Amino acid sequence: MSAIFKREFRSYFTTPVGFVVLAIYYFFLGLYFSMLYSYGSPDVPSVVMAMSTVVMFTIPVLTMRLMSEDRRQKVDQALLTAPVRLSGIVFGKFFAALAVFAIGFAPSVIFEIIVACLVKVNVLAYLYALFGILLLGGAMIAIGMFISSLTESSFIAAFLSLIVNILVLYMSSLASIVKVSWIATLMQKAAFISVFESFGDEVFSVADVVYFVSIIAAFLFLSIRSLEKRRWA
Amino acid sequence: MIEVSGLSKRYGTYLAVNNVSFSIEKGEVVGFLGPNGAGKSTIMNILTGYLSLTQGKVEIDGFDIVDYPEEAKRRIGYLPEIPPLYIDMKVREYLNFIYDLKKVKFPKKPHIDEIIRLVKLDQVQNRLIKNLSKGYRQRVGFAQALIGNPDVLILDEPTVGLDPNQIIEIRNLIAKLGKNHTIILSSHILSEIQAVCKRVIILNRGEIIADDTPENLADKLSKDRSLMIRVAGAEDDMLSALRTVEGVQRVASLGVKETGTCDFHITPREGADIREGVFRCVSAKGRALLSMTDNALSLEQVFLRLTGAADNEEARRMLGFIETPAEPATEQKEDEAE
Repeated sequence: MSAIFKREFRSYFTTPVGFVVLAIYYFFLGLYFSMLYSYGSPDVPSVVMAMSTVVMFTIPVLTMRLMSEDRRQKVDQALLTAPVRLSGIVFGKFFAALAVFAIGFAPSVIFEIIVACLVKVNVLAYLYALFGILLLGGAMIAIGMFISSLTESSFIAAFLSLIVNILVLYMSSLASIVKVSWIATLMQKAAFISVFESFGDEVFSVADVVYFVSIIAAFLFLSIRSLEKRRWA
Repeated sequence: MIEVSGLSKRYGTYLAVNNVSFSIEKGEVVGFLGPNGAGKSTIMNILTGYLSLTQGKVEIDGFDIVDYPEEAKRRIGYLPEIPPLYIDMKVREYLNFIYDLKKVKFPKKPHIDEIIRLVKLDQVQNRLIKNLSKGYRQRVGFAQALIGNPDVLILDEPTVGLDPNQIIEIRNLIAKLGKNHTIILSSHILSEIQAVCKRVIILNRGEIIADDTPENLADKLSKDRSLMIRVAGAEDDMLSALRTVEGVQRVASLGVKETGTCDFHITPREGADIREGVFRCVSAKGRALLSMTDNALSLEQVFLRLTGAADNEEARRMLGFIETPAEPATEQKEDEAE
């Protein structure tokens, strides 16, 4: 797993992908922070919470090549014939993408320190928001990786992932057009945005954490099955 | 070292590999030969654990590839048809990655240095794989297979697309590795198999149709063991002289093909070796024997005959694996004559 992790992580920075994604995160984090700062309410948790749309657009870029590229270049033959488990391959790739994603939110630590020097802050609220965005990102990475494992084309993977991300994040907005009430309720409750926003409430909710963790686990599992299935094709 | 029994692989309704069994001893170098789509790559992919099998059993050094994939895979180095390279990595970086991936126990730097030297990658070890020529990429693929020093090497068309010099280099490398590795090599270049393999498995339409040494295969297939000779000087009495040679059944003159020489086609009696007799006869006449070629089939001809057979049954019959109805047929002829 560590070999795969190292390679994938490094490959984000031997291609422009990692730098571009980090630049986007740093730009928007900086923009939101400076806006709030100039209004005189430098609330770092809400800066982090405001990033969900940016995350939705950028995750597909991180995940599009994760699996599809191996298949296109036939490198999967080296991975699958090496004495490693499929789960090791999938976890390695997942954590590599998650690590790049997490680095994208590193500046918020600096913001929090700056603010903490000036006023009294609720560190727990900040950590909770950070944890929330990592879970949201993790869930989207797992979904994107699974989609990437279904195709050889990174473009198709990115496109599909983006559509799925928009749907899962904002399906609550579509709830009003659904006539069946329980489906509408489900869509409202299960939309990533509804779950994610509760992380900004400074109240720790186990259910929300479990929700994201199960999404991650489910899609990692599906990615493993997808690799496994290819052996049977 | 490698035990394959009753191996089948089905893609939907298409049977790509049909009930294939063979066993390869430690230190053997075996060639897989067959036309495109014969199932060579599929079998290799199954042996290495890349593809699953539909039926049968594959054991590498006693470890079943399905039940103990990690143990089995640890013993195999695989060079697929298209080398599995991350083209955005540098050569050494990539080999380090494969080293980590395979969880090799040897000291890292000396091990990789040794492999780089062995496959002659010294010049390019710090270049991006993307920028390498096909020959070098193939060598990186080779190096990748060698990492961890696995006992078994499985090489799928290792010389395809290389220039003649590179082909010779890779062939020499295979011969060198063959001394202390078990190697399976596939190719559709017959001379290559002939040059490096002591045993050939010929596949056609997913089945094994022959499994023997290249020489034996040629032997079994060529019923015709006749000789063609060229003698200096005019024909004169050579024809009658040759007829007196012990073991000769028939001699035919082929006329003059090169000025000042004459050619003959000599058919020996069943099982007789007439080469020496022919030589002595020609020299006793005070003539020079300029050339003598026997009509034994090259592996190429063997291959064409076998894979060109109407079906695999017929191919096996050609090799005598199945009793031919040839004798009853001749009896019938005799009956008719009577």
